[in-house]
Amino acid sequence: MSLPPFQQLLDEHQDDVFRLLVAMVGRDDAEDCFQETFLSALRAYPGLRADSNLRAWIHTIARRKAVDALRGRRPAAVIDDHQEHLAAPGDGEAAADLWHAVQSLPEKQRLAIEYRYAIGLTSAETAALIGGSDAAVRQNTRDALRNLRTVYTDGGRA
Amino acid sequence: MKETDLTAAGRALPRPAAELLERVAERAAGEGLVDISYGEMDSPLGPLLLAVTDRGLVRLSYTEYNPDALQDLARKLSPRIMRRPAQTDVARRQLDEYFGRRRRDFDMPVDWALIHGFGREVLRFTAAIPYGQVSTYREVAAGAGNERASRAAGNALGNNPIPIVIPCHRVLRTGGGLGGYTSGIHRKQLLLELEGATP
Repeated sequence: MSLPPFQQLLDEHQDDVFRLLVAMVGRDDAEDCFQETFLSALRAYPGLRADSNLRAWIHTIARRKAVDALRGRRPAAVIDDHQEHLAAPGDGEAAADLWHAVQSLPEKQRLAIEYRYAIGLTSAETAALIGGSDAAVRQNTRDALRNLRTVYTDGGRA
Repeated sequence: MKETDLTAAGRALPRPAAELLERVAERAAGEGLVDISYGEMDSPLGPLLLAVTDRGLVRLSYTEYNPDALQDLARKLSPRIMRRPAQTDVARRQLDEYFGRRRRDFDMPVDWALIHGFGREVLRFTAAIPYGQVSTYREVAAGAGNERASRAAGNALGNNPIPIVIPCHRVLRTGGGLGGYTSGIHRKQLLLELEGATP
C-alpha cells in the first residue's frame, strides 16, 4: 500500500473538484481555486498516510479554498456578481443563479446539494465524504430542496 | 424550482479546460513540487513510458509489459509525479531516431537513482557496449568486478530500469544463445535485428 502517483489523483478527481468549485464560487474564481487546491495538495502529498481517503482529503482542501475565495470578496461584489448572472443571457444563466442560491443554504444542506447534484454522488457516497449517515444526507437534501423552493418563490422565480 | 432544475444545473457545470490543467502542472514544476515528469510514445516495440527527474531519464518501460511503472516510481522515488510530456521530448526524439536507424548512440542525461550496488556496476559496463555489438553475461559480470557473478549480472540486467538506452539487449548467453529479456524475448530479438547484431 503506497500513495498513487499524484497525476493519478489529479486525473481521478479533477472533474469533480472543478465542478464543485464552479458551483461554489462561479467560473472565474473556480479556476484560481482549482490551481490552489492541487498545488496545496501536492505540497502536502508526500507526508500523507498511504491509507488516507484521498477523495475526502482533496475535497476538504477544495472546500477550504472556496471558502477563502468567498471570504475575500466584498459583500457588494457578491451581489454584483449575482446580478451579472441574472442579467446574462444564455443556458448557463439559470444554472449559475441556482448554484448561487445554494450558497445561502445551511452548510449541511449546501454540501448535500453540491455533492449530489454538482458531482452526482449518491446519498451514501456523500455521507462517506462529509460525515454523518446516509439518512441524514437524505434529510438534508429534502430540507435543502424545500428551502430552495422558498427562496425562488420569494424571489418571484418559482 | 424543481429537482430537475438542480439536475440540469449540475449538468451545466463544466470540466476543467486542458489549459487549466497545464497551468497546474507548470506552476507545480515552477515551485519545485514535481519530482518526476513523464510522457509516452509509440515504438516498434509497443508503447513506451518515459520518466525524467531533474537529473535525467530515470525510467523507460514497456507499457504493455509493465502497466504499473508509475506506481513503482511513486513507491521507490517520490509520489510527486506529473504528466509533462514536453520534459521527455529529448528522449522521445532520440528514441524515434534510434528506431528509424538514424541514431546509434544516445546522448541524454540519465538518472541512476533506481540502480544500486553491483547492479550499478553491471549496467555501467553494459552502457559501454557499442551499438550493433554483443557481450555475454560472464563478460559483463567480469567487467563489473566479479567474473563468477554471471547469475547476479543477469538479474541486474533483468531489472534494468532504462532498457534500450542502457542496452541490456546486447548481453547474450555465452555461446550465442539469446538469454532472457524481462519484458519478452521478442523485444530483445527485434532490437538486435534493428542494430544488425543478430547472433
